[in-house]
Amino acid sequence: MSTMSMTASKLLAKMSSGEISSEEITSACLNEISRRDASINAFLSVQQEAALEKAREVDQKRKAGKPLGKLAGIPIALKDNICTEGVNTTCASKMLEHFVPPYDAHIVERLKAADAVLIGKTNQDEFAMGSSTENSAFKTTTNPWNNTCAAGGSSGGSAAAVAAGFAPLALGSDTGGSIRQPASFCGVVGLKPTYGRVSRYGLIAFASSLDQIGPFARDVTDAALIMETIAGKDHRDTTSLDAAVPEFTSKLEQPLENLKVGYVEHLQEEGLHEEVKEATLRALDVYKSLGAELVPIELPHAKYCVATYYIIAPSEASSNLARYDGVHYGYRAKDFENMIDMYAASRGEAFGDEVKRRIMLGTYALSSGYYDAYYLKALKVRRLIRNDFEQAFQSVDIIASPVTPTPAFTIGELVDDPLAMYLADIFTTSANLSGIPGISIPAGFSQNNLPIGLQLLAPPLEEERLLRAARMFERETEWHLKHPK
Amino acid sequence: MSTQLPEDDVLKVASLSRLKLSETEVNALGKQMGSVLKYIAMLDELDTESIEPMAHAIEISNVFREDQLQESLPRDKALSNAPQTDGNYFLVPAIL
Repeated sequence: MSTMSMTASKLLAKMSSGEISSEEITSACLNEISRRDASINAFLSVQQEAALEKAREVDQKRKAGKPLGKLAGIPIALKDNICTEGVNTTCASKMLEHFVPPYDAHIVERLKAADAVLIGKTNQDEFAMGSSTENSAFKTTTNPWNNTCAAGGSSGGSAAAVAAGFAPLALGSDTGGSIRQPASFCGVVGLKPTYGRVSRYGLIAFASSLDQIGPFARDVTDAALIMETIAGKDHRDTTSLDAAVPEFTSKLEQPLENLKVGYVEHLQEEGLHEEVKEATLRALDVYKSLGAELVPIELPHAKYCVATYYIIAPSEASSNLARYDGVHYGYRAKDFENMIDMYAASRGEAFGDEVKRRIMLGTYALSSGYYDAYYLKALKVRRLIRNDFEQAFQSVDIIASPVTPTPAFTIGELVDDPLAMYLADIFTTSANLSGIPGISIPAGFSQNNLPIGLQLLAPPLEEERLLRAARMFERETEWHLKHPK
Repeated sequence: MSTQLPEDDVLKVASLSRLKLSETEVNALGKQMGSVLKYIAMLDELDTESIEPMAHAIEISNVFREDQLQESLPRDKALSNAPQTDGNYFLVPAIL
């Protein structure tokens, strides 16, 4: 097995036994990036010198027998909407093309304290709005399994980086599926934690009541490992939860007893790809073979998730993105007539089509005369959607479903049809609307050799249960061991 | 029935959004917003009269902290990303 396909836990073990150094691992990642990222486009920037310097520092600390952080010497890629002090953070937008944050995001402080090696910033849909990274102002990430296919989005660069062997771990953000969907498309593990589990301080805001940071990893153990570092209360994000953070890796190998797996019968049959459906049914069989009970459940409002999401998320976005005014930071137009015109020209020139579309939709939904019919209505349906989950979790421990209706679509296939692109979020938005944790794990391949993911959902703050259930499946299967050529 | 959002509406929302749009963009947005709004109208099927709106996923309110003096961002850092400054202030075009 080459270094490039090893998990972070394996690399940590090899570093502590002296078989390999962080500098060797980091150099190997950097070499792969310079050799192959021109065709994959996972990264918007690579911090080569800083990464190597940190790696050498960790190696020296290790040699000297000094205490080391939990992720000591492990290269990690960060989505480019996560603020890194002194390192360009663009959100894949012309608006922030030259933005250099004056501070670190909370999770970046945590990763630095854990001695992780921050290797680069990954491509995404502009302001995390999209499902394919095609909305990036700079480049489109290709799927490491097939370069004509999308890597997914919005955290497509982070998913592709882990799948392609550029970094064993990456972080992304998930507002309506932006971690789970690209993880599914690229055949890696992607976890969206409970809303509030990970501080959003320093995450460039898209839709604040839905945004959540989470990891991409090559297996469930690594996802559990990095969660131990990034989860926990931070007073700078008032929505971050004051709940104890379990040592997620400690019970990971213990199967859950009397596990009840809920599933929805005839869930969104229309538009559901046959191979995705088969993979989901096969996954349910795996749980059954492990002694779990399969329980059919009802989520009567599931079909309203996308409509609800595409009112709430754009509404919040229209408010959050009002800060880009060409005054304090970001792009300012050259030609304008007055102050108001400067705002409009700067925003009109620097935002891409999808961002404009969402700002327009959100402004429309919040505008006088439409507020009750759209925004308020959506907030009410949001409660109905969450009530469905509360009801379901009274009789099951986790819920299993597809992540996406199809395997990775072709680049360009949906880009001109926003509604069709939105409808691909049918299985993922409900977790964000309800605030519950969700994970995508590798669960099969299509005939065209494209990965297919399985989504598992758990009640709020039950990441430990979610990860253990995911690990049960992973132990029985080998999908996560496959790597693109 | 056309699902297109009328041009006047698009222009009004663009003005509220402080977005200067080209004619092509106005046309495209009219069509695209129209089709999304038509899809969203499915929510009208649901009777939500007695349902409390849910603004946040995990409903917590009144998060307080001690009112302690903390360092704020130094001026040079706060100004470091500004399109135009005089070293002390953000500069904008004349308003009056």
